[in-house]
Amino acid sequence: MAEYFKNKNIKDELAIIGMGCTKFGERWDVGLSDLIIDAAFEAFEDAGIKPSDVEVCYFANTNAPNNCSGTPVTDALKIHGIPVTRNENWCTSGHIALINACLAVSSGMCDIAMAIGAEKLKDKGYAGMGVGRGLDPVREARRDAPGSFALIAEAYGKKYGYSYDEIKTALAKIDIKNHYNGSLSPKAHFHNKLTMEQVMAAPMIASPLGLYDCCGTSDGAACAIITRADLAEKFRKDPIYIKGFGCATDMITPHYRPRDFDWTSFEALRNCAKMAYEMAGITDPREQIDLAEVHDCFSVTEMTIYEDFGFSKRGEAIKDINDGFFERTGGLPVNVDGGLKCFGHPVGASGIRMTYEIYKQLQHKVDNPERQLEDVHIGLSQTFGGPPQIAACMILGNEKG
Amino acid sequence: MKYGIKSTGAYLPYRYLPKADISKAWGGKGGKGEKSVADVDEDSITMAVEAALGCFRTTKRSDVDALYFATTTAPYAEKQNAALISVACDLLDDKVFTADVTSSTRAGTNALRLALDSVKAGSAEKALVTAAETRNGFPKSAQEAGFGDAAAAVVVAAGEAEDLLASVDFQASVNEEINDYWRNADEKFVRHAEKRFCDEEGYLLQVGLILKKVLQSGYCAEDFAKVVLVNQGNPKLLKKLLVKNGIAEEKLVSTFTDTVGDSGAAQALLGLVNALENAEEGEKILLVDYGNGASAFVLTVQPGIKDRPVAQIAHYLATRAPLDSYARFLSWRGIATAEPGTPYKVQPSWAQTWREQRINLRLHGSVCKKCGSALFPINRVCDCCGSKDEYEEFSAQEEIGKLYTFSIDEFAGQSDDPVIIQAVAEVSNGAHIYTLMTDFVREEVKVDMDVEFTFRRFNELGNFPNYFWKIRPVRREVR
Repeated sequence: MAEYFKNKNIKDELAIIGMGCTKFGERWDVGLSDLIIDAAFEAFEDAGIKPSDVEVCYFANTNAPNNCSGTPVTDALKIHGIPVTRNENWCTSGHIALINACLAVSSGMCDIAMAIGAEKLKDKGYAGMGVGRGLDPVREARRDAPGSFALIAEAYGKKYGYSYDEIKTALAKIDIKNHYNGSLSPKAHFHNKLTMEQVMAAPMIASPLGLYDCCGTSDGAACAIITRADLAEKFRKDPIYIKGFGCATDMITPHYRPRDFDWTSFEALRNCAKMAYEMAGITDPREQIDLAEVHDCFSVTEMTIYEDFGFSKRGEAIKDINDGFFERTGGLPVNVDGGLKCFGHPVGASGIRMTYEIYKQLQHKVDNPERQLEDVHIGLSQTFGGPPQIAACMILGNEKG
Repeated sequence: MKYGIKSTGAYLPYRYLPKADISKAWGGKGGKGEKSVADVDEDSITMAVEAALGCFRTTKRSDVDALYFATTTAPYAEKQNAALISVACDLLDDKVFTADVTSSTRAGTNALRLALDSVKAGSAEKALVTAAETRNGFPKSAQEAGFGDAAAAVVVAAGEAEDLLASVDFQASVNEEINDYWRNADEKFVRHAEKRFCDEEGYLLQVGLILKKVLQSGYCAEDFAKVVLVNQGNPKLLKKLLVKNGIAEEKLVSTFTDTVGDSGAAQALLGLVNALENAEEGEKILLVDYGNGASAFVLTVQPGIKDRPVAQIAHYLATRAPLDSYARFLSWRGIATAEPGTPYKVQPSWAQTWREQRINLRLHGSVCKKCGSALFPINRVCDCCGSKDEYEEFSAQEEIGKLYTFSIDEFAGQSDDPVIIQAVAEVSNGAHIYTLMTDFVREEVKVDMDVEFTFRRFNELGNFPNYFWKIRPVRREVR
């Protein structure tokens, strides 16, 4: 961990006082600016502030036209004249915006910082995310994200002695769980519950990942307002405190790494978790974390994160899946809003959407009482992006200490 | 000192199309034999590289100082194809003379003659000739069924009897201006005149003339143990030629027109490689090529034949698989192109393509001089010990690697090639190479299986073909 965080106790110094999230889905009828306006104004109202109260804004977005900087936000919200910058860090962009907002407040630069992620994927003109992994114009081939993440499965089976069918069945349980959870979430992209038969019969995308192992491409936006913890209670009675955050980046092609990389575990995930856990004082994540939103772009990614984030022991994620440990009634509910799988994945917005779910759950204010978890105090949101190599996360709590 | 053939190599694509499938698609019946089909990621350049790799079993790449590429189906009409092949073959840029020999189905032996002449003249010591062909006939035509894709290569050198597979003792050519077979610039399909005119005034007359020249130069038909005679897969016409010129049918060496097809500029060399892969010391071989005139070569098999490596052609023939669809063939050839896939995420860069050719075309990685860690691609900073600019390059081209992990992707492929295997291969020095797998049987793809590298087309970004190396189940005969 950087010296800065060792010397400065971030835990409980910052708080989220307002959040917003749009309906995710194929939002043919609205543009990027509509999504930004709807997410931001929900957050402003939730925090009890005006747009002009925002002192700095971090915009997470991966697919807006190039060289747009932060202007989609200033154009939509008219919060010009302040620092508004855009970051593109694949699927972690939303978390990076949140972390930047935290650092801006923590540094004393400002009191009220805003993080907003918005994405209009369905304006691209084709389904999916385009082909190629962005490696090199010569070596670029018709390969895509499902196939890249699916590389984990063969290596995992080989290392821990699981058959293809055992892995496929365990992954299907993640799909069924997330779709059931999403069916209860009004703002989710999809609301269909799945059966094991449906998952197994679905078209294969990249072995072993079938259609329901892959998240949709969605439009959506989410927004957070961050301030100092000592100011937070002036805005609301139930601010949500920031316990810690983390980020770590691997090489563009971990594929080429010859040693200590065997496709079953990722340095970026492990170090991201370590940084956040140290900051938050978490020593036993499986016990201390009450709920988590993790990066289920593909079911196999969620399974990998269980182990790299210490929810499951090495090689035992499948056992925990089969035991129902990550169901909403289990020991550590994961992706209780449906996750990327079912809630949708507007890339830049996802990290903030996950954090929105944690925020609402910890406030006991989720939009459908049927899906409110009881007795939750510490929650984690987490994203993993690229082909893949960057991980980021944030840990939140509803009380200090 | 003798002049002749030092090394041979050949390549037949993994896919073939049964000719019966073509006639069936058009509502006909019959059609015997098969035509060899280059995969959607192959072209005359990639196949020429494959064939050349066979030669490097017995010729050091760094010794090659001339490269002639022969084809009528070069991917580039302007920009030298041989220059790219030379780099993909990892030859030395500061040493090698490169040239394309095109426009005639006789281009393969035209290049052979140029190579022999340059070695005799002393301008080259080891001249690599590599010929590859992917010709198109009009859909439903006899030529479409008759043409096949293949490649063959030889290294021409001067040397003692022990150094050569065969000496070339005689060569002769005749020229003839005739429109029997032709293809206009910018056209896709080979045209032809009335068949009887083509046969009588073209093939039979010109081959007859060149054979007469051979026989007038002190040889008689009985001297030859093996005869390589290019043909269009027309047994009647071939029989007529043999009878007319007193050549015994059993001396004919196959040029694979029945199983591969008429491979155009590659056919004569493919037949020559076949002859040498099966020759005995002391045998005389007659090689006859045709196309706007004809050429003949007389070779004598030398003592060096006892050290020849394992035959490649029979092995390639035995390791093929049928292409399941004539429609996919038509799309691969751009004749009836299937729906394009979604666009690529990256922008092309001509400068980057040029700058990174040691990685992409030569398949070079780096080995750290300090800690010995091997990385692909070439990395200036070592990922293991952090050393900067302390590395040596290695080539993974001849590696037999292990499949480290893979996924079978049914979504990313374009519509006429829907199944993509993303794969990571581990080579002997520990480097991991992330690429695609090709020419696979999906049920047989397993972690830890042996894989080899094969030069393929990757994409058309920048409006030109971009080449890199894929892996495939081991198929090349390397011994």
